[in-house]
This record gives sequence, structure tokens and C-alpha cells, in this order.
Amino acid sequence: MNRRNFIKGSLAGGLAVAATAKTEKADAAAGTFGGYADSMGVLVDLTKCVGCRTCEAACNKEQGLPEPDKPFDDYSVFDEHRHGGLPRRTTEKEYTIVNRYEVEGREKPLYRKFQCNHCNEPACLTSCFVNAYTKTPEGAVIYNPKVCVGCRTCMIACPFYVPTYSYSSAINPVVKKCIMCYDTRLKFGRPPACVEACPQGVMTFGKRKDLISLAHKMIDAKPGKYVNHVYGETEVGGTSWMYLSDVPFEEIGFNTHLGPQPIINYVKDFLAIVPMVLTIWPALFTGFHLLATRKQANKDESNKA
Amino acid sequence: MAQLIRNPFNWILAVIYAVGLPLTIGRFIFGLGWATHSSYDYPWGLFLGWGLFVMVPLSASGFMLGTTVELFGRKDFKPIERLGLLNGLLGYFFAVVFLQVDLGQPWRLVYPMFVSLGPAAVLFLVAWHVATYLSVQIAELVPAASEFMGWIKPKKFIKSIVLGLTIAGIILSTLHQGALGALFTYAPGKVHPLWFSSAFQWFHFFCSSIFAGLSMLIVVSTLSKWFLKWRCDKTFLESLDRCTLGISKGASLALITYLVIKFIALAHDNNWGYLLTGWGQWYLFEITFGAIIPLALFTTAIRSNRAGLARLAAFFAVFGIALNRLNTALIAFNWNLYQEIPHWREAIIAIMVYATYIVVYRAVLYRLPILYTWKGDSK
Repeated sequence: MNRRNFIKGSLAGGLAVAATAKTEKADAAAGTFGGYADSMGVLVDLTKCVGCRTCEAACNKEQGLPEPDKPFDDYSVFDEHRHGGLPRRTTEKEYTIVNRYEVEGREKPLYRKFQCNHCNEPACLTSCFVNAYTKTPEGAVIYNPKVCVGCRTCMIACPFYVPTYSYSSAINPVVKKCIMCYDTRLKFGRPPACVEACPQGVMTFGKRKDLISLAHKMIDAKPGKYVNHVYGETEVGGTSWMYLSDVPFEEIGFNTHLGPQPIINYVKDFLAIVPMVLTIWPALFTGFHLLATRKQANKDESNKA
Repeated sequence: MAQLIRNPFNWILAVIYAVGLPLTIGRFIFGLGWATHSSYDYPWGLFLGWGLFVMVPLSASGFMLGTTVELFGRKDFKPIERLGLLNGLLGYFFAVVFLQVDLGQPWRLVYPMFVSLGPAAVLFLVAWHVATYLSVQIAELVPAASEFMGWIKPKKFIKSIVLGLTIAGIILSTLHQGALGALFTYAPGKVHPLWFSSAFQWFHFFCSSIFAGLSMLIVVSTLSKWFLKWRCDKTFLESLDRCTLGISKGASLALITYLVIKFIALAHDNNWGYLLTGWGQWYLFEITFGAIIPLALFTTAIRSNRAGLARLAAFFAVFGIALNRLNTALIAFNWNLYQEIPHWREAIIAIMVYATYIVVYRAVLYRLPILYTWKGDSK
């Protein structure tokens, strides 16, 4: 019996009196899920990327996404800026994109591929009140459009701003994001389409734990080549997609302030008070009521006598 | 009918509906993308920012007054209790209406209840609690309706379980008011640190909902006194000043607690540095006009026994709470990305839904025994 199950069991027992479905909430408040041991992942060596956008094209084809506004060999997209002067981001039509970063002191620009990072303990999953998300043992974070209500809390919760929404649809708007090609490839042990299509071998597909040791070996093998950090190893509890870079991550659009805690940990302060309020409040406030009305009660009693 | 046309407020309503109704229908035909600026970065706009996060705390009056009268046995607040309950019920109901306008697939509203359950999510708790609490509030107002309809049994039944209902109201309110705050703890890096504190967020929202609900009740009772005087009976009008000052005492206690917790949160997260930035000035503006000034006015009003001043304080407090929720949900959200300004269609639809809330509110006050005591009531 591991710690998670032990806590789950003891809480479930202790709170059986509190009844209802709240025990699972308490479980979420107590246990931490560290990710599946044998989950797969992808290591992205950003230093190798040349910005050819082949991965974008492969994703488009594999996922049956609509025709892009500009063809995939049009590199003027790297100069595009959206609202607020920010670089391109994933959309309901593009589950992965590559951005170009001019970095001071680096001879060539650096290209950064971006898609869902497939967290070990995903914020989208833990914030969803209809359980539309699943972290599969293979490592992918997949989504079930059939139960999605469209509250978009997952988009609020995702620290990487990954889930997008098909706002244009009135009848059946749903969340759109990279699912690591789960249905067509990952389930059968094959790497995602973008990984396979890359002509530069930027991405390595493998077991997440193996990729972590590989990444550290690569950093140690050529001192000074890489920044000594594997982005995604610890960020928000670890992600299935991880990155190596030769320039500091904050200079190429990565959020380096996310910290090692999964997002759900920030919510636990509240989740922990739920069973407390449910069990203590009734007795406490009935007591208040008896105290507050005791004069009246005494009067009634003496009138009767 | 002639009376309908004579009231200038109805003219304003007519204009709002003439513009708003086609836009609202358009939102369901062309989708959210047509009506709002909801983007990938800003998934929530005015519908939730205003309709859920502002309206729910302003509707906390139901459980506050229920607690005061039924639980603490303060029968002297009885004349204003039903207005408090009604303010709660309608506020929650229209928060759900706003939610329905905002949801991508509103016809799936019951999914979190019966189809696919995600019980570990904060929103799951909000959904269940708001639904349960709506039923509690309907039950609490059954007496008013049964008097109007001439039923006796339902009223007696509710009377027998009123303490249970009240305590259920306290539990549900504590948790869902807090949960609305806790929703933002899913976005620790996105909300500006001055409006975010993972340890205290739920308590900020819960504690401020207490004075928000009480202040809103003062505002609504004031408006009733001004515009619906004919409907108020002598008991209501004569006890209103005393009730207002009594409610002010509760509101100022909640306000001072809120300010202290805000202060502790600043110290706990060591956010003092942010106070010197532009965001800090905006934060201080909110705290000053939305909490400190109403607190000062409330306490002065209580000491000098001036209900008018307490009413002014209540207006400030309602403004403060609205600003606080909009700041957390929209203005200080994504503070390190860019500022999103709601689409004009979104603003008009929000105004129209709010106008409907006012129309229904007024219609109920015209008829049901809320502001007056039912005369033919024979126990």
C-alpha cells in the first residue's frame, strides 16, 4: 500500500460520516500524483531546430486540421505578431507551432517548437469538473469532447496557455489541443507525427525517465554547450515534453517562474477546508443558535412551570 | 399600460432590449466568437467576470439575513429578512443565467451533476453548491409565495425546517463563496500577486462576500424606499433606519476583518514591493474607495446614528466589491501578457441580462409580500 492509497483509505474512512462525494475532494487535497512511472515523453533539443515547420505540416495532416492561412513553407509567419506584440501561439487550427527568437550573442536565431507539454499532473485535468481530461499511462493528456460543457476553466488553469477553444462554432464548440497523437500513434507505441517528421532529429521519443538521464548526459558531455537545466523535468510537477537549450530559457519565451509544484497544490489550501466546514459548521452553528436563543428558551420553560 | 409608459425607466429598458435582444440571439446563432473577445489567453470575459464573480457575492445577503434572524434569533431584523432572501435568490438565479450565456454548450449544464463527474475540481463544488443553495433559497421564500397564493401547509412545513435550511445555507455559502476565489488559485502565475494569495484567496472571497451581501441589501432597500414606497408597509419603513444601522454593524465587522486579512496576505507573500508600481496604485485605489472609505463611513454612521451615511457607505462597498472581482477575473488577470477590453456586443448582452434581473426583481417586489407583511395571515 503506497502513501497515496493509505491517505485515500484513511480519509475515506474518517469522513464516511461526512458522506456525499466529498471524500474524493479530500483525497485530492491529501495525495500527490507524481506521474506514471513508464510514461513516454519527448526531449526537444532546441539547438538543432532550423525552423523548417515540417512538424507543423505533419501535425496538420495527422490530426486532420483545416488548411492553414499560409502554406507551411512560408517563413514570413515568423515575423507575425498577435495581440500585445506577442509571438504566434497555438490555435484551434494549429496544435503545434515554431517561433523564431533572435538572441543577443547567438550567431543564428533560435527556433522554439511549442505544443502541449503533457504534464504529469495536468492543471487542465485537475480543474475540470466534468472529468473531460485523462492522463494516459503512456503519458498523453487527452480530452473527451463529448462531456465538455465549455466552461473553459482548463484554459484558465493551464500554466502554458495550451488549450484553445473553437469559439467560432455555435453548436459544438470544444477544446482543441495537442494530444500527442494518442489515438493514432502513441497508443500503439509509436512516436507522435511531428517527432517522426522532423528532418533534423530535434526530438527524441522515449520513456520519460530515460530521457531525463539522457538530457543530463548530453549537458555533461559538452560543458558550456547547453544551459544546465532540462525545462520540463521539474516545472509544475514535471512534463512529458522536455527541452534543452543553449540560451537561458526565459529569453526564448519559456516561463521560468512556474516552480516545481503542480498547479493543484495551490488549490489544496481551499480543498482542505471543505471537509472541515462540512463537518464542523452544523454543530457549531446549532450551538450558536442554542446560545443565542437561550434567554427565550428559559422564559418559555419558566412560563410552562 | 398607461402606467407602464409613464415610467421613464421603462423607456430605458425598452432601448436596452431593442439592442440587446438581437445580439443575445446572435450569440447563440453565431457563437461566442461573434459576441465576445473571449480569446485563447482570456477565456473568461464580462459574462463571468460580472455575472458570476460580482453577482454572487452581492447576493450573499440571503444567508446573512437568514442567519441573523433564524439562527441568532434577532427577530428585530424580520422586516428586512425577506428582501435579503429575495436579493440572494435572484442574484444566484441570474448568475446561472449569465453562466448559461457564457458556457460553450449551455445545454450540457447538468453534465457535472449527472453525466460525467469531476468531484476533485473546485468548479464541481461551485456547481453543486450553487444548485443546492438555489433550492434552499427557493424553500426559504416559499412562505412569501404561499401567503400570496393562499396556501398554508407549505409555509408551516418550511417553518419547521427553517433552522436546518439556514445552517445548510451557511455551509453552502461558506464553501461556494470561497470556491469562487479558489478558482483563481488554479492560475497562480496569471493573476497579479496583489490580487492573488493561494493561502488566503478563498477567505478573501468569503469574507468580502459578507459585507458585499449586506451592503447590497442596504442599497436595494434604499432603492425600494425611493422608488417603491407605495409597496412598503409601515413596519418596513419605520424599522428600515434601525435595520440599516444594524446591518452596517455586521458589514463593518466583515470589512475590518477583510482589511486585516488583506494586510496579512500582503505580508505573508511579501508583496510590498508591488505597491510602488502602477498596479500597486490601482490596488490601493480599490482598497481605499472600496474598503477603507466604506468602513470609515459605516462606523461614523453607526456612532452618530445616521442611516443616510450608512447608505452612502453601502454604495461605496458595492462598488468596491465589483471592482475587486473584476480586477481579479479580468483586469489583473494575465497582467504580464496584455490587457483585454470586452467586445461591445459582450457589454450590451451583459447589460441586457442585468436589466432582466432588475425587471424580474421589480416584478416580484410589486406583488409578493416582501416589503410588506401579509395582512390576511391567520396562523
